Amino acid sequence: MKKGAFLCSFLFAVFPLSAAPTVTLKGSDTMVILNQRWAERYMAERADVVVQVTGGGSGTGIAALLAGSTDICASSRPMKEKERAALEAKTGRPPVEISVAKDGIAVYLNEANPVHELTLEQVARIYRRKVSNWREVGGADQKIILYSRENNSGTYEFFKEHVLKKKDFTPYAQCLPGTASVANAVARDKRGIGYGGAAYAKGIRFCPIQPGDGSPGIPPDEKHILDGSYPVSRNLYFYLRGPAEGPLKDFIDFVLSPEGQAIVSKVGYYPVRPGNKK
Amino acid sequence: MKRRWINLTSLFFTVLTGLACLTLTLIVVLILGNVVRYGMGHISWAFLSQAPKSGMTEGGIFPAIFGTAVLVLLMTVAVVPLGVSTAVYLQEYAPKGSRWVHLVRLAIQNLAGVPAIVFGLFGLGFFIQFLGRGLDKIFFGGTLYLGQPAILWAALTLALLTLPTVVVATEEALRVVPQNHREVAYSLGATRWQMVRHVLLPQSVGGILTGTILAVSRGAGEVAPILFTGAAYFLPYLPTRVNHQFMELGYHVYVLATQSPDVDATLPILYATVLVLLALTFGLNFTAIIIRSKIRRRLRGR
Amino acid sequence: MNRPPILEQLIEWGIRVSAGMAIAGLILIFVFIGKEALPLFTSPEARQEASLSKLFVAQVPEEGEPPGHMWQPVSELPKYSLWPLIIGTLKVTLVALVFAFPLALGAALFTSEFAPPWLREIVKPVIELLAGIPSVVLGFLALIVMATTIQDLFHLDYRLNTVNAGIALGLAVIPIVFTVAEDALTAVPQAYRQGAIALGATPWQTARRVVLPAAFPGIFAAGILGFGRAIGETMIVLMASGNQAIPSWNLGYGFRSLSATVASELGEVVRGSPHYHVLFFIGVLLFIFTFLINLLGQVWVGRLNRKLTGKK
Repeated sequence: MKKGAFLCSFLFAVFPLSAAPTVTLKGSDTMVILNQRWAERYMAERADVVVQVTGGGSGTGIAALLAGSTDICASSRPMKEKERAALEAKTGRPPVEISVAKDGIAVYLNEANPVHELTLEQVARIYRRKVSNWREVGGADQKIILYSRENNSGTYEFFKEHVLKKKDFTPYAQCLPGTASVANAVARDKRGIGYGGAAYAKGIRFCPIQPGDGSPGIPPDEKHILDGSYPVSRNLYFYLRGPAEGPLKDFIDFVLSPEGQAIVSKVGYYPVRPGNKK
Repeated sequence: MKRRWINLTSLFFTVLTGLACLTLTLIVVLILGNVVRYGMGHISWAFLSQAPKSGMTEGGIFPAIFGTAVLVLLMTVAVVPLGVSTAVYLQEYAPKGSRWVHLVRLAIQNLAGVPAIVFGLFGLGFFIQFLGRGLDKIFFGGTLYLGQPAILWAALTLALLTLPTVVVATEEALRVVPQNHREVAYSLGATRWQMVRHVLLPQSVGGILTGTILAVSRGAGEVAPILFTGAAYFLPYLPTRVNHQFMELGYHVYVLATQSPDVDATLPILYATVLVLLALTFGLNFTAIIIRSKIRRRLRGR
Repeated sequence: MNRPPILEQLIEWGIRVSAGMAIAGLILIFVFIGKEALPLFTSPEARQEASLSKLFVAQVPEEGEPPGHMWQPVSELPKYSLWPLIIGTLKVTLVALVFAFPLALGAALFTSEFAPPWLREIVKPVIELLAGIPSVVLGFLALIVMATTIQDLFHLDYRLNTVNAGIALGLAVIPIVFTVAEDALTAVPQAYRQGAIALGATPWQTARRVVLPAAFPGIFAAGILGFGRAIGETMIVLMASGNQAIPSWNLGYGFRSLSATVASELGEVVRGSPHYHVLFFIGVLLFIFTFLINLLGQVWVGRLNRKLTGKK
């Protein structure tokens, strides 16, 4: 009985919401947690607006933007020329791109792995299986177990482009869905190596990247990512069909405000410099 | 001497096959035990009644429970009438042993064997791309309203998947209604439909219920068909319209197990979610088993 | 017989139509996933990237490398070889059956031949409960709970390997194998057993010489249907296989199954791209394959029933 009353009140609480102004946000799985936190915070402050967040991947988000079924597409990779052209053809104006956060792609090693740092070249050779034993990069005499992301993720594409220089990953890398699975797998595997955003799991550490000139390796922390010296970082974007107005603009202003950017740091990404709005 | 050896062999195989049974029982107990042990501690009223918070590492799973409930409710509304009337047709209307009946039975058995992921592809290709987009073009001038993943399409996809379950259970129930009940109804001047409506269906309620429960249990646990037809990672509201996306328990388990940002913080929530899902499907299956054994006992008692 | 009122005619008509729904459903499934796969045969654009031959013939990955079978849809030169996926699917299915079939058949024999009735009443619900465990839960158990234990037990290179996924998949297959095998065994008339016992056979001799041969087609069908169920299972292999698209039969490695490939890639893929069509083509393959397997299984079950009831 009490349960029924609770449910009813819940439903009535929800019903008016579906008539409230909504902002839909679709796209990157990398960003879904971040988007969710923004939405949570924003709705707590402005009870009259609903922000609807779904993942599905950057590609899905861009397709949804094209189809008009989302207001914002969250993407962990820049839009491709083809996609821009398709959008412009559809709406008659170029899509609006806003960088909302920065993300460093870290290379994960198991805590017990004696390898201290790697050059990007070495990481690329490992992921192309030109190197298959830790001994060859200064570690123990053990097979390297590779963990990668599914081939449809923005992270996979980014890593392929910037670390493997567009060459293919070896098929021997195990593809796991989601950064967390990769971090978790490396945490449970002494011989493992993985990559992804700054995810937290007990038992992994982020491998500093050696520039290759003998100077000390650079860890993926806020300082080095923001000054650009850490070599594998990327922007995370919002794409809109056109200039933002009304609740949509209000939400994006919130995301770029100090409060919104504080959430970015909390989730494990890095704030964008203020005033980069295009 | 030889006699005894043979008896020993017999004993040996009895024990061996008995061990197979024991192993299976142990596996079920172990699975249940493991999930209860690690999941129980996190179950609380707050967990069952709140939405997930802070990137799935806190809060509860109420939207997933609600989404699952609405999903199987819609599915039941679609599948039960269809399944029951198919069974009634096969048992009462169709000429016995006709080629058509054989074909329908074959189709139902084959439908039961179609992989869940193929249903997912079908849901996307037929319900969303063809039916949804088509309806949008006709009624909404092409704005996307129905032509995208939604709880309605997920429920219909599952309805097709669980159709065989309902048909088989209902058929079994119709089969055990004694022939003379039918004859009595006809002799009182009932038409065929009146006979079905007032004699057969009331007597097969148990079987229909069993089929429905099993279908719901199956529907609540299948994730592959709803991956592309409407399940969502996180939604700030509950699905209140048929074209909304929804959160779902099984999908939530998949998401938590593979994509959470902080594995250690998520594990208790993950276990508790699995426990809720298992409690739901086990509870439903158990109810179905009890109903069925009651029906069978009543039959034997006659 | 007076004519029933119009409403009843409508109802009867509705009942007739609904009976066709199962057939319509099957046809629709085939048509609509086939429709999305068709461009692989008709559209020159799709064929250029993924013609049928490219799905099965070895490709050269890049200059100076030996040709190999690769599944790399996201690449400068997309490669869609299905061999790694087919090998992976078969590999895990065989492991699942090797694990599941003896257990399920043993349990079926025990319940139908040796067990006292009260024990039978316990075993059957246990199997039904096992059948009621959602595959996503089995996937979770394989990924989180079992994987490390199995890796240590067999000293395997990879934590997510074929043995682990195969055992979890086996658990999903056991109920169907048990149910079909048990039906076949109990369909053997009691008279057969009584005759054997009267001649002085022990229960085991009866089972081996009389019941098993009589029920053989049904038991064969149980294996076949279990095979079909394992081929199409998605969530378990998606979560616990490691998704390595390698054409290797090594059980210590992971694998990438056909169904898991569809599940993990379809959400992201650009609609109408060759990759999208290939994923639907995989769906068509799975559909046709399981369809044939099920037909085969049903034919054998039917044969058994005819044999035992003596009807032609």
